[in-house]
Amino acid sequence: MNLSLELMLQLSIIVPLSATLAIVATGHIPNLREGVTITSCLILIYLMVNLYQGLSLGATIRVFWWELLPGLTVSFDIEPLGMLFALIASFLWLVTSCYAIGYMRCHQEKNQTRFYSCFAIAIGAAVGLAFAANLFTLFIFYELLTLSTYPLVTHAGTENAKKAGRTYLGILLSTSIVFFLLAIVSTWFVAGTLDFKLGGIFSADVDKIIAGTLLVLFIFGIGKAAIMPFHRWLPAAMIAPTPVSALLHAVAVVKAGVFSILKICVFIFGLDLLSVLPTTQFLLYLAGASVLLASLVAMKQDNLKARLAYSTVSQLGYITIGALLATSSGIIGSSMHIAMHAFGKITLFFCAGAILVSLDKSKISEMRGIGRQMPLTMFAFFIASLSIIGVPPTGGTWSKWFLMMATIETEQWLLMVVLMLSSLINIAYLLPLPFHAFFPDLSSNRESNKKANKKANKYSKKATSSANILTAIPIQEAPLPSLIAIVITTLACLALFIYPQPLFELASAVLSSRE
Amino acid sequence: MLIGLFNNWIVVMLMMIGLYIVIAHGNLIKKIVGLTLFQTSVFIFYISMAKVVGGTAPILADDIIQYSNPLPHALILTAIVVAIATTALALSLVIRIKAAYGSIEEEEIQRQDNQIQADKKERKQA
Amino acid sequence: MIAHLPVLQVIVPLMAAPICLILKRAQLAWLFSLLVSSLTLLISILLLQQVMTSGVVSYELGGWQAPWGIEYRIDKLNAFLLLIISAISTIVLFAAQTSIEKEIDKNKHTLFYVLYLLSLTGMLGIVATGDAFNVFVFLEIASLSTYALIAMGEDRRALWASYQYLVMGTIGATFILIGVGLMYQMTGTLNMQDLSQRLPEVAQTRTVFTAFAFVIVGVCLKLALFPLHHWLPNAYAYAPSIVTAFFAATATKVAMYLLIRLTFSVFGLSFSFTTIPLQTLFMALGLFGIFVASTSAIYQNNIKHLFAYSSIAQIGYMIVGFSISTVTGLTATLLHVFNHALMKCAIFLALAAVVYRLGDVQLNNFHGLGRQMPLTMAAIVVGGLSLIGMPLTVGFVSKWYLLTALLEQGWWPVAVLILFAAILAVIYVWRIIEVAYFKEPLVNQAAVKEAPMLFLVPIWALTIANIYFGIDTRLSVQVAQAAAQSLFGVTP
Repeated sequence: MNLSLELMLQLSIIVPLSATLAIVATGHIPNLREGVTITSCLILIYLMVNLYQGLSLGATIRVFWWELLPGLTVSFDIEPLGMLFALIASFLWLVTSCYAIGYMRCHQEKNQTRFYSCFAIAIGAAVGLAFAANLFTLFIFYELLTLSTYPLVTHAGTENAKKAGRTYLGILLSTSIVFFLLAIVSTWFVAGTLDFKLGGIFSADVDKIIAGTLLVLFIFGIGKAAIMPFHRWLPAAMIAPTPVSALLHAVAVVKAGVFSILKICVFIFGLDLLSVLPTTQFLLYLAGASVLLASLVAMKQDNLKARLAYSTVSQLGYITIGALLATSSGIIGSSMHIAMHAFGKITLFFCAGAILVSLDKSKISEMRGIGRQMPLTMFAFFIASLSIIGVPPTGGTWSKWFLMMATIETEQWLLMVVLMLSSLINIAYLLPLPFHAFFPDLSSNRESNKKANKKANKYSKKATSSANILTAIPIQEAPLPSLIAIVITTLACLALFIYPQPLFELASAVLSSRE
Repeated sequence: MLIGLFNNWIVVMLMMIGLYIVIAHGNLIKKIVGLTLFQTSVFIFYISMAKVVGGTAPILADDIIQYSNPLPHALILTAIVVAIATTALALSLVIRIKAAYGSIEEEEIQRQDNQIQADKKERKQA
Repeated sequence: MIAHLPVLQVIVPLMAAPICLILKRAQLAWLFSLLVSSLTLLISILLLQQVMTSGVVSYELGGWQAPWGIEYRIDKLNAFLLLIISAISTIVLFAAQTSIEKEIDKNKHTLFYVLYLLSLTGMLGIVATGDAFNVFVFLEIASLSTYALIAMGEDRRALWASYQYLVMGTIGATFILIGVGLMYQMTGTLNMQDLSQRLPEVAQTRTVFTAFAFVIVGVCLKLALFPLHHWLPNAYAYAPSIVTAFFAATATKVAMYLLIRLTFSVFGLSFSFTTIPLQTLFMALGLFGIFVASTSAIYQNNIKHLFAYSSIAQIGYMIVGFSISTVTGLTATLLHVFNHALMKCAIFLALAAVVYRLGDVQLNNFHGLGRQMPLTMAAIVVGGLSLIGMPLTVGFVSKWYLLTALLEQGWWPVAVLILFAAILAVIYVWRIIEVAYFKEPLVNQAAVKEAPMLFLVPIWALTIANIYFGIDTRLSVQVAQAAAQSLFGVTP
């Protein structure tokens, strides 16, 4: 096939969106429906790889769709940061679809057609957001992403799910309408344009107070970045099926948030302006507080997914800090952390889902000793935890390294301490789980295990096997497609330690890309 | 000055009486009476406005030079027709309301409407 | 023929109304009304084209010259409004026959069309005419037929709602009559164009102030501007569904037109906004209206009530744009007049379809409707998103203009309030979506089917327009902007 890069760019947005129609049309034949999903995943990856190659050859890839109002256009322009995000999102879509097929069938979820179709829209929105050439286009896809993930959050349709959906939509829509839109209109008004431009679009003599206020509006308005106090939606969204939490609430949606922040910092404000704004320091501390508090809250959570959610809130804070530090290593660190955290966190969520499906357990206190039943899963969990913490030999090392460097360069010692402290807390809340899974302290926990198993017996026959924790412990891993997904993302975590060059190149190209 | 515009005083008085009846009375027919009074006051306003002191009816005749202004009269003819239609419609509505509610008292009608809602709530609770 | 377009616009539906009565058969009357309405649409398109290319079209009724005779004066503003009204009327008529079969007695079907055409005549007349007294006459033609149409509702509360509307409407119209009388007393003319030239000379008299007050209050009663909105929710909720769809999209727009025409053209910008503190007053009322009505909407269980309150809130948006009194602000208002007509008409038509299938629009009956009537519900969802102001819907375009207009004046606190109000819209729209999509259908509604084609076609035509004009804004923005500019005397 010999498609032009521009066409490929458009296709990469259209393919997932039109996949939705195909998924709805084939909804009554599950195998065909999943086939459609996988096929469109593969097409999307093919497009992404081609686009990546084109971009690294220095091609300019721009597409203009239409002009909504004079000067307000829907257009796309690929730059390295967007490429990075789009690559991750589309690659992980494939992996997650694979995982989801195993998970959804094994868990006998209802409304699977709605699930897959909304999923496809969400990915299309994420790609569109990644390639947006101006704030307005970004905003359109940002809202589309919110709306398309809402049915996924309320998937179960229970009263709890609906309540969570209300929180989710309430916070995301409100912040985006009240703060984000206001910031966009004001930017339009102050700068006269919304196009992303390296070095910012504000003129040099812009009022610092106004620009500073706009920055606050942007950071608050992008609720998807889950900066406290607008983070409540993320734990609430954990009521969704695990693949949703994995891809959307560890990768696509939250990364769309921090991606937007990065993009706005670099391409709307510009690093020079950013470093002199009066509000930057305040926002940095806010993000720091978000990092630390979320880590602390995560420690208290017994529900595995909730713990992971708060961990995400904390890690998103890292990226925001990196963006606001306004140095090149900060931007590189943030961009790389988008990728590293994505792979790490998605693996963790996959593992949480696998445990739920195979053993019907969602509470951490019930998970002692499960390493014998799910050795592979728990090992993957261990590796991914290392990546989140930022210890070799995992990819997370690099991004945290750069972020640390950035705090040192700008002499933000307090933030450096915050980041280090948070990493320590990461160890405290992530590692005990695999540790206890493999080395359960049996004497003290037999009692609780029995209790837990009695409860589990009621629901699931599978759990009976875990009652005989001392005698016979059959291996009971997740369904094969899910397991494959876990292995792939775990290997990626490791591979990114050894071979981070492509990511590093993309991340460092963000600041040196053409005007 | 004040006496010179006495027609306006009368118009305003009539208007206020009409409005007061519309607001204060619960009986639907009386409300219509008030409404009609209110409209009529405006007609008087137009008609009196057209009067030119010393002028006669606007009929062409050789020895008359000063006429009253005929235009407001023509306008008000239209307005009267409209008012009649309104009154007729209002009265027919009252007839239907009487048939449906068995009353033409505002309070009673509202009580019945609220009753329905209260009943619904009770049924829901039950 | 082309020269007579302005009067044909009004005469055609007026003449057609009694013909409907002769036709007797409901089906025939329906087809005939549809034909007539399409004809008015065609005329309005031609008129708009003519106005956009060659400027104001003036038509002297009966050949009497302008200040003495009645003049129909079509400029960009009313050509735009004529198009909206006749287009909405035609689209709504498509679904009319199916809808009234369920809601109105068989023997009244023909009468329904007579009244429908008369109210169409009234609205078109208000907009087309350039004569102040003529406005009153057409206002009453529109109103009287409206009262009768509302009273046709099944529920007996429709009668009560109609009666209340009649009282309020008559008071409003009489106020306008008083105002017109006072203006005539001071200037000796009824022609709006003429008035606008003569009023400045006598602008500082108490009579003109009084005239202004009476006229504005009268129009605001018709507009259902907060706090004069009490007649509207019940009238919308208990009227036959199809009537609600028509009025929600047109009646308040006509009043909005009248307000703009009177303040900008007749009394003039400097009088309305400098001599009289209309700006502060309307800004406050608009904002209050938005918040109070949106909050009330959240607590409604009758969905028609809910969207009626939402309409009052949307009028608030228009008033805010109006009170900015700049070209951008007025463009925002005019755009919203057009956009709101599109979304509300789609929503109320969809509700008419729900009534057709379920017989009621209580929120409780919406259980699981997302699966039983997917297309109808999808239209409500799109309309709702548009009300919230999501990008790629028309709602976003008008909101964008409104925000820009506010920021131009540096009124960012108002901009923040406007954005906050959108959250209230999110809440009331989402109450419906949650029930419709995440609840199982009630047992006694298990067999509910999708609405018939005659509903779906107009509903989706409007919904697609809703999205189309959110994407391709050239037409709507161009016309609205041109109209706003002409009111400010700016030549583009």
